[in-house]
Amino acid sequence: MRYAETGFDLEVDLSTGNVERVATDPRLTELYLGGLGTNARILWDRVPPETEPFSESNLLIFGTGLLVGTPVIGCNRTIVSTFSPQTRLMAFSMMGGFWAPELKYAGYDKVIVRGKSPSLVYLWIHNDKVEIRDAAHLRGKGSLETAEAIRRELEEPKAQVASIGLAGESRVFFASIEQGRSSASRGGLGAVMGDKGLKAIAVRGTGDVNVARPAELIELCNEVLEYIKVRRDNPIPGVMPILAGLGSPQEMAVHDEKWHTENFSWGNSRLRRKDFWTDEVESEWTRTLEGMRTRLISCHNCPMKCAATISVPGLPTYMMKCFSKLTYTMAAMSNLEFGLKIAQRATEYGVDAFSAPQVMAFALELLEAGILTEADFPGMPADSEGRFFWLLDRIVRREGIGDVLADGTHWAAERIGNGAHEYAHNNIKKHEQLPLKLGMLNPIYFLMYSTGEKVNITQIEGNYPQAPFATREEREAFVKDWVHVPDEKFKQYFLDWEPRGEKSIPFYPTVEATCEIVDWQERMHYVDDATGMCAGLSSFPLKPPYHIHNLPTVISSAAGIDMDEDNLTTIARRNRTLVRAVNIRRGMRREDEKPPLDHWKKRFPELEAQLLDAYYAFRGWNEQGIPTAESLRELGLDDVCEDLVRRGILTDHPAGPVQGMSAGGGTVEGSSREG
Amino acid sequence: MKGDRPRKIVKTIRIDVDKCNGCRACELICSAFHAVPKYSSNNPERARIRVIHQPVRDIYVPVFAGDYTAAECAGRDRYTIDGKEYDECTFCRASCPSREAFKEPDSGLPLKCDMCESVPPLAAPMCVQWCLAEALVYEEREEEVEERAVPDELEVGLEAMVDRHGWQRVVDAVARMSAARTGT
Repeated sequence: MRYAETGFDLEVDLSTGNVERVATDPRLTELYLGGLGTNARILWDRVPPETEPFSESNLLIFGTGLLVGTPVIGCNRTIVSTFSPQTRLMAFSMMGGFWAPELKYAGYDKVIVRGKSPSLVYLWIHNDKVEIRDAAHLRGKGSLETAEAIRRELEEPKAQVASIGLAGESRVFFASIEQGRSSASRGGLGAVMGDKGLKAIAVRGTGDVNVARPAELIELCNEVLEYIKVRRDNPIPGVMPILAGLGSPQEMAVHDEKWHTENFSWGNSRLRRKDFWTDEVESEWTRTLEGMRTRLISCHNCPMKCAATISVPGLPTYMMKCFSKLTYTMAAMSNLEFGLKIAQRATEYGVDAFSAPQVMAFALELLEAGILTEADFPGMPADSEGRFFWLLDRIVRREGIGDVLADGTHWAAERIGNGAHEYAHNNIKKHEQLPLKLGMLNPIYFLMYSTGEKVNITQIEGNYPQAPFATREEREAFVKDWVHVPDEKFKQYFLDWEPRGEKSIPFYPTVEATCEIVDWQERMHYVDDATGMCAGLSSFPLKPPYHIHNLPTVISSAAGIDMDEDNLTTIARRNRTLVRAVNIRRGMRREDEKPPLDHWKKRFPELEAQLLDAYYAFRGWNEQGIPTAESLRELGLDDVCEDLVRRGILTDHPAGPVQGMSAGGGTVEGSSREG
Repeated sequence: MKGDRPRKIVKTIRIDVDKCNGCRACELICSAFHAVPKYSSNNPERARIRVIHQPVRDIYVPVFAGDYTAAECAGRDRYTIDGKEYDECTFCRASCPSREAFKEPDSGLPLKCDMCESVPPLAAPMCVQWCLAEALVYEEREEEVEERAVPDELEVGLEAMVDRHGWQRVVDAVARMSAARTGT
């Protein structure tokens, strides 16, 4: 018997209409666990690097985490993976909610979609019965509207639906996949779904998910619940409220937005407004949120309430989470009421709430700079709010300038020319980032931003505090119950870390310590992304219920796989290396690995180069960031190594010359392919 | 007279729908607790508690399973509470023919909440323990009760099978099974 997982994937070919239930190899679970790990393995094995994101041979994989559907609290994530039309690299945005457990109960670990449907369809998975159904009547419908319509026509109020809106249908490069209270937003997954002619996947499951050692597992789960209560009553002192508790930042619960509104940038990620948060603003925004937020809500089997139901008077109800609360508000230089209003439309359209507002602010900056002209915006209203609605409506339909903007700031700038690139300034690997502009280079974040395969500077944060505490006493108090550290040395790094002076950023933590801290944070994220654990209870906050010391037992008692800290660490490294190899084979190289130029005011090119060198070496990669033959073989990725050698990306000599290639060149590997 | 009626401890779960965060942990842990062996499998469809939920309408009503009934009731009323419209079934605890809830997915047999009876007894049913939102609160009340025979689980199950398939088929099936067992 397979434990925690079902042992079956659903393979769907939309070109031929063929659907197959395929048994999976349990050895892959032992090597990669599941979720992102096995998704990456499938993409490596089955999608050649020259594959266009918008093509029949690109795969769109909806993978559940290994522990989803078991009682392990907070394990509910769907890891959606494909090749992004925007970065042209692997995209692996994830969503919480209820879809993944429903798929497990229906009897599948993943839905693997290939091909393209000639007409718009949706997939209906009801246990063993799987249908590809016509979706012509759903064309142009909003994501939530679609979900409701599907539940009605199937007469299955309990079906969980992941769907795209108009943006996905129009292949907007930052289109999301929406699932009611959750979404997989980053990287343009919704565009690939739209390209495949797939409007939605509805699923209903009434089967069992088994666990290997129930008594042991339930005891661990009960401990986790108790610990969550303790943490709820004991927020971490000395950090801002959104970092003091568990869960993803509790944006739906808090009213105090001083920190975000004064430290993050407004407009096209340009303007710091240091005196913005006044009493009047606070009372107005509090009234707005109180008036529109009807309930704080959770994902499957999780006591945290990170999302909310939002009912704007006169508009359909929708659900929101995290920082999408402020992205539209700040990009449009407006207020919270506007933000909650436009987010309703944006959620129905299905766009990423990080990229979309920035793309629109970028367009308006180009207009202001004279690079675009009034003629490009015929009929656009004069007020900022009206302009954002106008732009959004055009982007999701790819109408006029909307067609250009729908490719995101990088590609839009390419098409517009005339210096527009200067305005697409907040990207990493062609992908818009959180509008965060800071003073002093932080070495830890430098590495995570530059080298993170997720190409996303949010929620890559981890269990090591984001900033030093002011006094030694506070630091000593913090490390006292810091059982989460994989090694005692991290306590010392933190104790010695000062806000200023010799032992402060950018030169402290030292290069070596920085690599170790990054390794710890990444390790936890890669474990979560494989198990389907929400980062909000594990890899993201300070002092979470899950950590490297208890996760091995959680995994082994649920899934019945032998697991210890070393083994789990190796799996995290293997998954991290495999995702890197996938991206390397698509052409990603060292030159692509950099944060936005203006992310920090104070930059240190020499130190940055040292950090990259040291991190690559620490990971067993060469100076281009390519995993070496030795490190690949050590992880059992021999076939990956052989492939990279055969393509001339790796030479068999450890220090051999490496050809640099820029990611997203289109025909990246054309010249170096075998034969 | 009143004082002569027997009193007993009624175990129940007080439900605060305003506090429900819709996580459905109650369903999951209920199904796990009642699995054989205990906690070995998970399937909300086997749960004896369900969150009747319609997120877009902000409706979240946890309901724990009550008695089995063979007949549909006439209740088709609608209630509007705080501007939200609920149908009567939303609050009904019965395992009945008019809906899917509270039936074993394999057999169709009715499910009923047993307050997680176990030896030694739990401090509270698992759904209550796992509801950190405190939408579910365990209560023991002393009440006067009408005396009546409590049907055992087997009888309730058999009654449901009879309702579904008719006397004759159930009797025939039992006879066949019995014959197969004894090898005659």
